[in-house]
Amino acid sequence: MLNIGGLNEGVVIDHIKAGGAMKIYEYLNLEKQDCSVAIIKNAKSSKMGKKDIIKIEGPITLDLDILGVLDPNLTLDIIKAGKIVEKRNPNLPVQVTGIIRCKNPRCITSVEQELSHRFRLASKEKGLYRCIYCEQAYKR
Amino acid sequence: MKHVISPLDLSMEELSDILSLAENILHDPKKYFGCCYGKKLATLFYEPSTRTRLSFEAAMLNLGGSVLGFSSADSSSAAKGESVSDTIRVVSSYADICAMRHPKEGAPYVASIHSSIPVINAGDGGHNHPTQTLTDLFTIKTLKGHLDHLTIGFCGDLKFGRTVHSLIGAMVRYPNSRFVLISPDELRIPTYLREEVLEANNIPYQETKALEEVMPELDILYMTRVQKERFFNEEDYIRLKDSFILDAAKMQYAREDMLILHPLPRVNEIASEVDDDPRAVYFKQAELGVYVRMALIMTLLGITVE
Repeated sequence: MLNIGGLNEGVVIDHIKAGGAMKIYEYLNLEKQDCSVAIIKNAKSSKMGKKDIIKIEGPITLDLDILGVLDPNLTLDIIKAGKIVEKRNPNLPVQVTGIIRCKNPRCITSVEQELSHRFRLASKEKGLYRCIYCEQAYKR
Repeated sequence: MKHVISPLDLSMEELSDILSLAENILHDPKKYFGCCYGKKLATLFYEPSTRTRLSFEAAMLNLGGSVLGFSSADSSSAAKGESVSDTIRVVSSYADICAMRHPKEGAPYVASIHSSIPVINAGDGGHNHPTQTLTDLFTIKTLKGHLDHLTIGFCGDLKFGRTVHSLIGAMVRYPNSRFVLISPDELRIPTYLREEVLEANNIPYQETKALEEVMPELDILYMTRVQKERFFNEEDYIRLKDSFILDAAKMQYAREDMLILHPLPRVNEIASEVDDDPRAVYFKQAELGVYVRMALIMTLLGITVE
């Protein structure tokens, strides 16, 4: 197992579906954040077989709950003074705008470019989002 | 102001009131003539339609109102690239109510967000077609006398058939509905409908490919056309278009009081020899659609007749 040092202050985004870390890295725009970031891909997981992990060192002001839209099964470990002070799943937002795109070629958003892609939470249990226009489920 | 974008936009009480009003209009249409005098219905049809557009126009004319609009995207500003939201903003200042058909799913919803007049979805792609659902419900209620305790068979294209999806969504709200879903594997109802509507509400249903076998169980047989415009691949359309054809031979398995409904247009999925069977009510269904649209227009415009 690859060892990456522990954090003093920051967040560990754990249990990311294997292969999904880069999407989250890009979404959070971590490249432009002034903090240390470690991306661990294909780490062994007893629960998932393989998983990705992102460790971010430094104070975080980002809305991390939105990450649940991209991967509802990931977990967030908030670290302060070298200890996990909070461990939780993201609270899925009821509605998201401009984060994910509707892939239905029959949806009005496929022809009217100025329309914002907007989804509503259809099932909290399944982490399922549906396009508010055509009701197509978002497939991750 | 109320819009009707999905059949479920109407509460059970509103639905019941509209069906009762449609029944009153059916029994005494002259009483309602002129009640929408001075009101204008805009029919914004971005794709071809005969029945729905003419039915809406007949409904408004029967009420003494006027109609204006277009019947294809080519003859509207959409051809110049105008957005749905801009079109509806302008039309809102010309008309009192609008019916919109659009090939893209969600277009009438976008219109409703920007509209200052009631918007009725007259069909958006493979998504919703609430006034067809109202027509179907009114037909069943008028000819069967009730909407509960019914076994309804849906046959043909259950994957893309928006009328099927909408009617299933509406019928699960009535007690003791049961569904028999008859289609080839490629055209089965979408998973979300099976899981989130039928199974989530514990509604009994059966999926089959054998129309004859289930025929004796049915109170209603809702036939659908395999629609060419819903396929991206013509080969798939050709392979599946003749999957289920209802003919006189199959009708002998049906109950005496079973009703055959079809949203029309029919291509060849119901043989013309079935048309003379008293159980074939699809042309009556089209006629009843005018009355229920009259009731809907009156309701959305807030017009009552004592």
